[in-house]
Amino acid sequence: MSAATEDPPWLRRLLILAVVGLLGLFLLLPLVAVFTEALRRGWAVALAALADPDALSAIRLTLLVAAIAVPVNTLGGIAAAWCIAKYDFPGRRLLTVLVELPFAVSPVISGLVWVLLFGAQGLFGPWLQRHGIGIIFALPGLVLATIFVTFPFVARTLVPLMQAQGREEEEAAATLGASGWQVFRRVTLPNIRWALLSGVLLCNARAMGEFGAVSVVSGHVRGETNTMPLHVEILYNEYQFAGAFAVAALLALLALVTLGAKALLERLGGRRMGGAL
Amino acid sequence: MTAFARRALPALALGLAGGPALAQPRQLLNVSYDPTREFYREFNAAFARHWQERSGQAIRISTSHGGSGRQARAVIDGLAADVVTLALAYDIDEIAARGLLARDWQQRLPHNSAPYTSTIVFLVRQGNPKGIHDWGDLARPGVAVITPNPKTSGGARWNYLAAWAWARRQPGGSDGSAAEFVTRLYRNVPVLDTGARGSTTSFVQRGQGDVLLTWENEAHLALQEFAGARLEIVTPGLSILAEPPVAVVDAHADRRGTRAAAEAYLQHLYTPEGQGLAAKHHYRPRDPVALAAARPRFPALEFVTVDADFGGWQAAQRMHFADGGSFDRIYRPGR
Amino acid sequence: MAAASTGSTVLAAEGFFPRLRLAPRSAIPGFGLGFGITLAWLSLLVLIPLAALVARPWELGVAGVLGVVTEPRVMAALRLSFGAALLAAAIDLPGGLLTAWVITRYRFPGRRLLDGMVDLPFALPTAVAGIALTALYAPNGWLGALVEPLGLKLAFGPAGIVIALAFVGLPFIVRTVEPVLRDLSPAAEEAAATLGATRLQTVTRVVLPQLAPALLTGFALAFARAVGEYGSVIFIAGNMPMVSEIAPLLITVRLEQFDYAGAAAIGLAMLVIAFLLLSLLGLLHRHIRWARL
Repeated sequence: MSAATEDPPWLRRLLILAVVGLLGLFLLLPLVAVFTEALRRGWAVALAALADPDALSAIRLTLLVAAIAVPVNTLGGIAAAWCIAKYDFPGRRLLTVLVELPFAVSPVISGLVWVLLFGAQGLFGPWLQRHGIGIIFALPGLVLATIFVTFPFVARTLVPLMQAQGREEEEAAATLGASGWQVFRRVTLPNIRWALLSGVLLCNARAMGEFGAVSVVSGHVRGETNTMPLHVEILYNEYQFAGAFAVAALLALLALVTLGAKALLERLGGRRMGGAL
Repeated sequence: MTAFARRALPALALGLAGGPALAQPRQLLNVSYDPTREFYREFNAAFARHWQERSGQAIRISTSHGGSGRQARAVIDGLAADVVTLALAYDIDEIAARGLLARDWQQRLPHNSAPYTSTIVFLVRQGNPKGIHDWGDLARPGVAVITPNPKTSGGARWNYLAAWAWARRQPGGSDGSAAEFVTRLYRNVPVLDTGARGSTTSFVQRGQGDVLLTWENEAHLALQEFAGARLEIVTPGLSILAEPPVAVVDAHADRRGTRAAAEAYLQHLYTPEGQGLAAKHHYRPRDPVALAAARPRFPALEFVTVDADFGGWQAAQRMHFADGGSFDRIYRPGR
Repeated sequence: MAAASTGSTVLAAEGFFPRLRLAPRSAIPGFGLGFGITLAWLSLLVLIPLAALVARPWELGVAGVLGVVTEPRVMAALRLSFGAALLAAAIDLPGGLLTAWVITRYRFPGRRLLDGMVDLPFALPTAVAGIALTALYAPNGWLGALVEPLGLKLAFGPAGIVIALAFVGLPFIVRTVEPVLRDLSPAAEEAAATLGATRLQTVTRVVLPQLAPALLTGFALAFARAVGEYGSVIFIAGNMPMVSEIAPLLITVRLEQFDYAGAAAIGLAMLVIAFLLLSLLGLLHRHIRWARL
């Protein structure tokens, strides 16, 4: 290694220090603040806040919403990434932009669109009400808003990887007479499974933590339509700061576990993909 | 859509949600505004006991809290509230305008359907270092005032109208001088939170501002909750009589068959038990006996009212808070 | 990675322009099913709801919609939302590049931990982030108290908004740059060194140009995410009209005045501007890629 391909040691140390400082101050400190506030009044208060029936119901609802929203976006995300990366067709670039569009849509709008469709004053509202079907202010509304917000995550993770992997392997399999499904299952899926899992995990983390969009469609009924982030807001507004941060810390903990799992997967995936690249 | 799907879809949805609504046949949903959380938590338990004794039925009361306008919008959009207990009559009028309850709802219960009242007071730091005693002090240079945005907070509208009414009652006062006064007052506002609770947090927890304009009940609650924060309440000589109204939402109560319970729930607010609980949570009870018992906490002061001083909520809303109203003009550039 | 995809990238760049052939030009079967699922997913869950948003404001009439959008307060909020998002993404650019560089190029204890930390803003719920950031940057918070004697005010003003948006945007830059940086072939750098380039010249003339498309993509993503952000901003912004009031807040304000059409009009304006800016960045992206080929 010569001086032109390696950074000098003093520069390395400086840059590493800069990044540690940047990430520590900018990203880690807020997390530390959450845990500090949660434990300010001791473990007993924090745990009591989590064991509260309303908190438990919020936890259950959050997990349920994520359990419906994430598989929907996984299936759609795989299909979209497969089309975008493996085929050329008119409007392909438009499709890419449309799939990413929900990223650019404010969470408030992501909730609002469902109110415009299914709210009592919305397009289908009167019909739904006549038939006694509740979408807004009930589980379906929470799921729809969450799906909208987390829509691009899986596709976004898969497209660059699938494009980078090219089409040669799939084309070879097709030439040998494999059907589309067989090509996907035997060739594409094994190549993308680690990225897929990490995309799913990110999607899940965002689904559990979404606030703005679900806030518009939730109705905020304690113990019924409150997800964890909404429960945090409620406790915060009741001046139960320790309790609010305790629930927030649990959410953050779920996110950290997710990130840990993702990092682990990437290590595993990195080893396996090493041969393919 | 088949009959099966009609029944099955909501059942499926509720079943997935854990099915509290199906498990509990008698249930009331009270959609309320922000500062009533503590009061209704205690009142709900008291009413459930009362209802059990009276009818032999168990009842479960759910509540939803948030900014008054947001809550009214949720009901308009289909949140199936049996009763609404909001910050101002205007918000319930909006629900009535969509045909969900009778237009004359405010005549159905005593005292304009407002079983308790409150007013707007000042919360200052201990020792009142900026010497804030009346509304005029809020517009002085160097005084930072914390109040929420009247566009999103019902409580903030009462704050705004109280300041306006005070300025108009000064010698030589007019709508013009009042507009000039509130403009100077809002020039002193460094943070405009979206709700009353957000403002309290900014003032107490984040140390923003010298004075917080807030409901009397919120001010007392803040003293109680933040005992270490060293705060004082200053009651101005004149303020506004805030009448947070309550109503049964006819369309929902009839559809869900909860009318009897919903009406009993609101009537219970007027009983000695309800009035006592309101006073306990720092709302001024209508019942003179309950009010007298809590007198030291509720000093007498001169009240203006929305009906007498502003021609009712519809007119006040149009003049001050609608688009292009007096509040918007404060923030128009070039002033 | 760049080398492997060159063939398909050229075709992809043309994909935007409609061709007469509707059937995909590919030897791989199974397009129909995949495309069907994609279309159903996209239209039911994104396009139809967005159509409801696009259709709603026009009950005000064209003049009414323009009136809502050109109102000074709305204009100020749109300027703030887009300006702060661009600024935040621009701030994230060097920070993200530096972070990506350090975690891909250097080996040091704690590197994995640092790598994992990058995703924190992805994972931390936005409202929690908002509350935590406000607690930190408020004048009596851990960081706010440090800069207060200098007369700097971070929370409750435009600076607070930029901080929150930079927070949510940082991982997008790191995560788009990182894979490209990892896959860069060392050959070019070695060649430059052989030809006598200094390290600085190698980095600025050889490495950075190759990272440009990824940096641009990361910038676009961070920007897109930041424009609409609500939960983490609302606590720290201060929300003063004309000064620190973001556009999503104005949508909420309209909704609470029961003005659905007005809310949808502001939402539509945000959507159109975001779409245009993202398309512009997309064009720039293609331009850079073409220039490199």
